[in-house]
Amino acid sequence: MKSAADAIADIPDGATIMVSGFQGSGMPNALLRALVDHGAKDLTLICNGAGPHGTQQARLTDAGQVRKLICSSARGRSDEPTPLERLWRAGEIALELVPQGTFAERIRAGGAGLAAFYTPVSVGTDLAKGKEARDFDGRTYVLETALKADFTLLRADRADRLGNLGYRGTQINFGPAMAAAGATTIAEVGEIVEVGSFAPECVQTPGIFVDRVVVLPDLR
Amino acid sequence: MQPLSRTQITWRAAQDIADGSYVNLGIGLPVLVANHLPADREIILHSENGIVGIGPAASDDQADPDLVDAGGQRVTLRPGAALVDSAAAFGMIVGGNIDITLLGAFQVASNGDFANWDSMHPWKGPLVGGAMDLAAGAREVRVIMQHTTKEGEPRLVTQCSYPLTAPGVVKRIYTDLAIVDVTAEGFIAREIVAGLTPEALSEKTGAPIVVASNCATLSAPDL
Repeated sequence: MKSAADAIADIPDGATIMVSGFQGSGMPNALLRALVDHGAKDLTLICNGAGPHGTQQARLTDAGQVRKLICSSARGRSDEPTPLERLWRAGEIALELVPQGTFAERIRAGGAGLAAFYTPVSVGTDLAKGKEARDFDGRTYVLETALKADFTLLRADRADRLGNLGYRGTQINFGPAMAAAGATTIAEVGEIVEVGSFAPECVQTPGIFVDRVVVLPDLR
Repeated sequence: MQPLSRTQITWRAAQDIADGSYVNLGIGLPVLVANHLPADREIILHSENGIVGIGPAASDDQADPDLVDAGGQRVTLRPGAALVDSAAAFGMIVGGNIDITLLGAFQVASNGDFANWDSMHPWKGPLVGGAMDLAAGAREVRVIMQHTTKEGEPRLVTQCSYPLTAPGVVKRIYTDLAIVDVTAEGFIAREIVAGLTPEALSEKTGAPIVVASNCATLSAPDL
């Protein structure tokens, strides 16, 4: 794709979108900036950490484009409420809080074609309320359903023409799981490399999961 | 009576981590344990965003925005480190491969219940992060916290008033006043700071606490 704007141009109102990234690493900031400019609204946003203010991702929630947020954190860091915290308190954004490992596994399951799984995490806490519980070998587990998305936005370090992706350091985080769980997966990368230049065993997200790539050389 | 400083609590907790352990340190006080790991032990630190083998904090010229730990700090990798994706990193946790997790807490109950994720703040957004995964999945959960709140209220209690992170998982608590084990019989003090009587410790503890017959003095070097 020629630009981030082109890559996200067909995201409609009401779409469900996964966004990778953890503590700034692996955040697809160019795609998020384009999505804010694009203006799609009533979005369901699936991202791990929605709390920090001032990020491109926060601009999306602050702009009122998100109706529902599924995340493991929505807490700001300031002494006064962030715009997201205000929207949540005002009931303008519905929030589903998920333990981070359950969050990752729900996405992984979605990409793997599974409907749901049982986990011991959150048993006996408020986050397990209302969920089906079942004992296996004497331990209690709760049923968690898979997550899928219409679009996944992620950042990687490099891609080839087939969409094979390589990440730098901790950039990888939710990338592989979200790439598989998105019906349309869009990656922004720092570099396009020749087909064949990845050692096959070093492809971290195979191109079978990647539909569009935007190269943004200034990311490196 | 001389309570341990925050740094001294983390030093003391570090001394109890066995050679060869895989350890996950929670955000806040627990991550400071990394600064005091005994040099003669091989202890591998795991970070839930996909690092097995965190090295020392990055200096300014080493800092790489794509090498961050669970708290977003810029870190280095130790030789032999592995980088994985989040689903694999949590598979390690929930799959029972983390020997010890050290976590902060608002409260720990004498049955091992603990609360560390929902402060019931009037407007702050919710945050659970990886706390419940670590609490349910690590082979041993240890807590590092102040013995009482700033207002002097006990944090060791008979029943948590804050929402639970997990029921019945905490095995040991490191505070500025004592090291307390959570047992089938409730709280047992293993070490107490010099000058603090068992009676005074009981007053600062919100549940019955037994002082072990071989209870030692809790001390740490000046740090």
